[in-house]
Amino acid sequence: MSLPALRPTQLALLTSMVLLGSTAQAADPHLAHDIARNLAATCANCHGTNGQAVPGSGLESLAGEDKAKLLKKLADFKSGQRPATIMHQITKGYSDEQLDLVAGYFAAQR
Amino acid sequence: MEPINRRNFLKAGVALGAASSLYGCAGMGGKSAGHVVVVGGGFGGATAAKYLRMWSNGAIAVTLVERNPTFISCPMSNLVIGGLKQLDDITLSYETLRSQWGVTVVQGDVSGVDATARSVTLADGSTLGYDRLVLSPGIDFQFDQIPALNNADAQVRILHAWKAGAQTVALRQQLEAMKDGGVYAITIPKAPYRCPPGPYERACLVANYFKQSRPKSKVVILDANDDVQSKKGLFTKAWKELYPGIVEYRPNSELKDVHVGSRTAVLEFENFKADVLNVIPPHRPGAVATRAGLKLINDKWVEVNWLSMESTSTPGVHVLGDAIFAAPTMPKSGHMANQHAKLAAAAIINLLSGQEPHPAPLVMNTCYSFVDDKNVIHVSSVHTYDGATKLLQPVKGAGGVSSARNELEGKIALGWARNIWADMLG
Repeated sequence: MSLPALRPTQLALLTSMVLLGSTAQAADPHLAHDIARNLAATCANCHGTNGQAVPGSGLESLAGEDKAKLLKKLADFKSGQRPATIMHQITKGYSDEQLDLVAGYFAAQR
Repeated sequence: MEPINRRNFLKAGVALGAASSLYGCAGMGGKSAGHVVVVGGGFGGATAAKYLRMWSNGAIAVTLVERNPTFISCPMSNLVIGGLKQLDDITLSYETLRSQWGVTVVQGDVSGVDATARSVTLADGSTLGYDRLVLSPGIDFQFDQIPALNNADAQVRILHAWKAGAQTVALRQQLEAMKDGGVYAITIPKAPYRCPPGPYERACLVANYFKQSRPKSKVVILDANDDVQSKKGLFTKAWKELYPGIVEYRPNSELKDVHVGSRTAVLEFENFKADVLNVIPPHRPGAVATRAGLKLINDKWVEVNWLSMESTSTPGVHVLGDAIFAAPTMPKSGHMANQHAKLAAAAIINLLSGQEPHPAPLVMNTCYSFVDDKNVIHVSSVHTYDGATKLLQPVKGAGGVSSARNELEGKIALGWARNIWADMLG
C-alpha cells in the first residue's frame, strides 16, 4: 500500500480530529481509514482479525454488520442500557467519534 | 525515513520471488517497501509479523526469528497444570504465517544486534539486514537471585512453568505424583512480573484439582508482594468460598533461596517445606534486548516511545510486550503484547513510507482467569496516548473487573483464546 506523505495541515487536522473529538471526517481518506483500521484492530483479540471471529468460538463476528446497528449496540453498552460482562467497561474507553470509526470500519469489511 | 535498502534486503536472503507470487498485487511493483526483522514469535512478535504483511498488502518483507518450532501459549497453560487441557490444545503452528501471509519464519536464536549497521546475527553465524527491527523477546528468569536454583539440575526439579512447554507438563506430573495430604507451594516475585493474575489463577486451578482428587492436600501462595496483585476481591472470594481450608495466601513472603532436595522455600524469616514447590523467579527482559544495548529504566526494562514502540535510545529498533517498561497500570500480558504489536506495525508502515506515526494511539487489555473448571473472572482496561506525559494512560472510568465469577465468562475466555491465537497466527 502506498500512502501519501503527511502534510502539516493534515497533521493539524488529524490532531484536532482525534484529540478534540470533532467530527471524524478527515480530509484525507487514507488517514481516516488508517485511524479506523488501527482502532478496529484493538477489538480483534476477541472479535477476530478484521472482525471475522473464529467460527464456533462463541464470540461475535463484526465484519459486514450494519453500521447503525453496531453503533447503537456500542452506545447501549457504553450507557449501560445493554447488559454485558465486559463491553460496558471497554466501550467507555473509546470516544463516540472513535466508536463511529470502529463501527464504520467493521461495516465495510466483507 | 528509512530509504529502501535493497542491498540489506537481499543480504537477508529473503525469497523475494516467493513473496511476489503470493502478493503480486498493487504495492509490490517489483520493489520492496522495506524489510522488517521480528525477533520472538510470541503474542507480540507473531502479531507484528502478520499485521505488517497484512496492512502493507505484502509490500513490506518480514522475517520472523523464533527459537521454538511451535508456539505454546502461556494463557490457558494453567488449565493444563490443573488437568483440564492437554499441551496439544495450547500448541499452534507458524505455518499459516508462512503460507498465507508470506512471512519468512526462521527457527533460530539471535546472538547479536548491530543497530548502526542495521543487522542481527543468529547463533549459526548468519546475518539478517533490516530497515526496522522489532524485538519481542519476552522475559528471562533471574535465577542468579535464587542461588541454589542457579543450575540446570535444580531447574528440572523445582519448576517455574512460567514459560509454557515442557515445564507445564512436568509440573502437572509432579502434582499427579504428589500424595494426598501434600502441600503445593507457589512463589510469586515482586511486581512487575508476567501476567499479574496468573499465579493466583494457577493456585485456584491446582486447588480445584486437589478438591476433586486430593482432598486432604493444600495450596500455599508465597507472595513477595504485600497484597494480591490483580482481581484481589474476586480471587480472595474464590479462595474463601470454593477452597476453604485448601488455599492459604501469605503476603510479604519473598523467596531468598531454595533447598532443592527437600523442596523448601527459604524466606527472610522462615523456611517453608513443600511437596511440590513451584518457583516463579524474578524476571528481566529477554537477553536480546540487552544485547541490543537499548536504554533501560530501573536498569531493567526497555524504555519505548509510545507513539511507535521504538526504543528511546536506538533508532530503528521497536520493542514489544513483557520486555518493556510498561505504561501506568499496563500489565505484562499476551493480550497487551498483541496490542503493542499493532501499534508498532502501523507506526512502522508509516515510518517506512516517510510519514509520522499516528499521534493518538489506543490499546486495551483483557485478562481472563479461571477460578475453577467453569467459572472465570476478568480484568479489563483501555489506555490512550497522553501528549502531556507522552505515555499511554488508562482512560478514567473505563475498564474494571467481573461483577462476580461466572460460567458465561468461562466460555468467553476459551473463545478469547481461539480468537487471539488466530489473530496472531491464523
